[in-house]
Formats: sequence, C-alpha cells, structure tokens
Amino acid sequence: MRDHYDVLVIGAGPAGLAAAQTAASHGARVGLLDAQPRPGGQVWRHDVQHPLPRDARNAVDDLHGVDWLARHSVVATESSSLRVETPQGSRLLSYGALVIATGARELLLPFPGWTLPGVTGAGGLQALAKQGWPVAGRRVVIAGSGPLLLAAADTLRKHGAQVVGIYEQANAGNVRSFAAQLRHWPARAWQAAGLRLRLAGIPYRFGSFVRKAHGDDCVQRVDIDTPHGVQTVACDLLAVGYGLVPNTELAALLGCALDHSDIHPRVQVDALLRTSVANVYAAGESCGIAGLAVARIEGALAGHRAAGHVDAARALLAPRDRERRFGALLARHFALDSRLHKLADDLTLVCRCEDVRMGELTGFTDARAAKLATRCGMGACQGRICGTALAELGRFPRSGSRPPIFPARLATLAGLSPLSSDDAQRGS
Amino acid sequence: MSARIRLTVNGHPVEVPAGASVAVAVAHVTLRFRRSVSDTPRAPLCGMGVCFECRVQVDGVAHVRACMTPASEGMQVVTDA
Repeated sequence: MRDHYDVLVIGAGPAGLAAAQTAASHGARVGLLDAQPRPGGQVWRHDVQHPLPRDARNAVDDLHGVDWLARHSVVATESSSLRVETPQGSRLLSYGALVIATGARELLLPFPGWTLPGVTGAGGLQALAKQGWPVAGRRVVIAGSGPLLLAAADTLRKHGAQVVGIYEQANAGNVRSFAAQLRHWPARAWQAAGLRLRLAGIPYRFGSFVRKAHGDDCVQRVDIDTPHGVQTVACDLLAVGYGLVPNTELAALLGCALDHSDIHPRVQVDALLRTSVANVYAAGESCGIAGLAVARIEGALAGHRAAGHVDAARALLAPRDRERRFGALLARHFALDSRLHKLADDLTLVCRCEDVRMGELTGFTDARAAKLATRCGMGACQGRICGTALAELGRFPRSGSRPPIFPARLATLAGLSPLSSDDAQRGS
Repeated sequence: MSARIRLTVNGHPVEVPAGASVAVAVAHVTLRFRRSVSDTPRAPLCGMGVCFECRVQVDGVAHVRACMTPASEGMQVVTDA
C-alpha cells in the first residue's frame, strides 16, 4: 500500500516542523516523519524532567493539519516513493514535493579510551540526560568545541550533574572574538549571557582538549591538554563533541547534488532551497551548520516553496541570509586545532562497529579500499562515525552510502508487513 | 510527579519515568549495553540513533537502538555484554 502526501517532510526538528506547518497552512496534505518517537529534533528534544522553552513547545504542539509519523525511518527509495521502516512494519510513501530536514549529527573524533562506557558526545550526553539518563550527582567533564558545549553543560547542570569543567579546544582569543561578534545577533548574545550566568562557577577553559580517557569498565579519569600542560581530572562521565556535521545520506540516496567545498558535504540548494532534483527541497542544518534560527526560517521557506507559494518563500530570503552568516562565524572561530588530528594512536579503535584500529588504515588513501581490506565503515552505523572522523582527520573522504541508508529488517526491504517475531533478523 | 513505567533489564525490575528511553532503563542496571566484535563493552555514544552502540534486545527483537526506543510497561530488555 502506498500513502500519498502533497508535501512530505523528513525530519521533525525546527526546520521540519516549520516546513510542515507552513505547507499545511496553504492547505496541502502534509506528512511529517521522524525516526524519533517525538517531534522536536535534537535542539527541541523532549525532556522527561523539564518543560521545553515556550517557543519550542508551541512549535512542537502545533501540528494541526499535519500527519505526524513517529518512529518512521526512511531506508530506501522505490519507484519515486520512499520505503519507510516503522516498529510495526514498513510503508511506502509517495509525495508531490519532498522537504529534506534531516539536520545534523555530532562530529566525534577518536582518542585513546573513547570506546569506554561513560564516554559520549557532548550533545550525546545532553540527549541522554533529557531521556532520563542518571546524571544527578555524577562528575561530568565536557569537552570539544563550540557553543553546544555550554548548552550541554546547562542541561546537565539542570539534571543535577556536577559539571567539573568545560574544555574548549578553540583558543581564548577566538572565543573572545566570537563573543564580541555576537552583538550583531542580539537574541543570541542575550541567550549566551544567560548561559554564562547559569554556568557561573564552572571552569570554562580554552585551548584545551581531551587527550586520553582512562578506566577499567567505564571512564574514571581523563588527561586534558591545556595551555599550561597536561592535567588529569577524575570524572564519572566524559562528554566530548567537536561540533556538528550535516546529515546528507537521504539527499544522496535521492540523487541530490552535494556541495563538497568543505570537509563534510552538505546538500546543495538554490536560493529558494530547491535541490538538484525536481520537487525535492532541503532546509536547515542539512544544507550547512548555522543553528536554530536558520533552521526555522529555512523550514518555513521550504514549506512555502513546496506548497507552490514562491512569493511567500522569497519574502524570507533576507532574514535567512542574515542568519546564515552566523554559520560562517561559527566555522571561523571554532576551527579545529590540528593537534586533534594526532589524538588517535595506532592502537586506537577508529571504526567502533568493526573494531578497526587506526594503525590498520596506514597506507589507504580512499574509504572504499580501506573498507574492503579492513571492514572499516562496514558496520551498523555505515561509517557515519568513523567515516566522518577520518574525513575530518584528513585521511580520506567518506565513501558514498548505499541503500538501505539505515540497517533495515529483511521484511522491510521485501515490502512485507506486519513484522512477525521471526523476522527480527537484520541485515546491513 | 509523572507516571512511572516498570520493565525488566536482564531480568532485573527497573522503574523509569514516563517518556524515558530504554537506554535509561538499561543504565540503571549496567553500562555494558553490548559487546563489540573484539569483545569490549560498549555503551551509548551519540544518544540520537546514529552510532548504534546502544543496541539491545527488546521483547525478543535484536539490534534495537535503546536510545530511540521509549520504555514501555512490561518490556523485557536484554543486553549482550
């Protein structure tokens, strides 16, 4: 069976929500799907303990006229439709126009000890805390790069964690200059000031990065490289993230051209967010990392355009362009220190799915050859973690993904439903 | 405050708040979510369904990402570690 939508939106973060609501406001039949159980994406992720900020709550609750398709994961394309896996089985969804709002994931870089339980991404631990992960009373070290570290610290503090310190790899000059530039974005400056106030008393160190995590069954202490030498800090949890990278797998699957001008590809769009494929639009972080405000504007812009209202879309161009400049500011001030390229030694596992060590990749200059010889990138995450890290470290670009773009049940690929218990076997 | 959900992890009874993920329920019992191919213990890394480190068995279905699955009453979760 095939279900048809005038506008189908993939990803229910701020961009996807805005796209779906905007398209629905024009009377279009709109479907909004996400692999997660609730709308909101990462930045507006549901928190089991604390209510969302009001504008987030309004956006998440306002799904009138939109078919909300929770726990729906696109795995493949089939005769101009999307094959979608759900907990109950699978569906085929077709569309008049498609909006890709797949957002971003964290950039996670390998270092000795990073596979120890208790080591997570920075946004990763924030997401887990919102799910109810026990962090109260735990000593947490937060490290990596970018404003997300402060947001993560704020969430963890609210959940009762003892944040031992925030270690930013960018140097103090860059962070200060970034803060000074925020005056051009008053809402962000205000938000940053609030964050700093709430995090007063927590050490925020610059030019500092985690070199190594130690522990037996889980992380117990970390070595931190600071401008004043190596410091060892005891902790129960280590949250390290080096910023965000666009999720482009779905766009690539649909044949949309990607922009490869940066290390990590982004979806290539025209001024009004059309991709290289007819009737397919993209909005928000999948088109390049620039933050929440851009995602909301571009989502609305794509929603207007997908519903055929080009003039309404055009009216959002000026604010969008202005907010996009924030992305460039972020990239410039939080550029990664080249010393981070050397964190992993020959024995450090790079591919966590297949347990491939950095030393095994010596001599390989492309991802496919490395994969064939070592299984690097062949596991369940399909190279989302190691392939992205290796690209960042200057080894080789990530190889293009192939369908299914997420591991799927055989029954899904066969288009069968519902799932019976002996169909639980998965292939990747 | 809100409703609690009761489920089991490796046979141990666990209670989590409504809306919590299976990953949270597992974390109350063990941080060893799965064994890697070279037999090292693993736990969630990304928290958002990308890394697949949190895979567990839920009600007999293998390879379920614990961080993306809401805990529900009576659920039986088994880790592989």
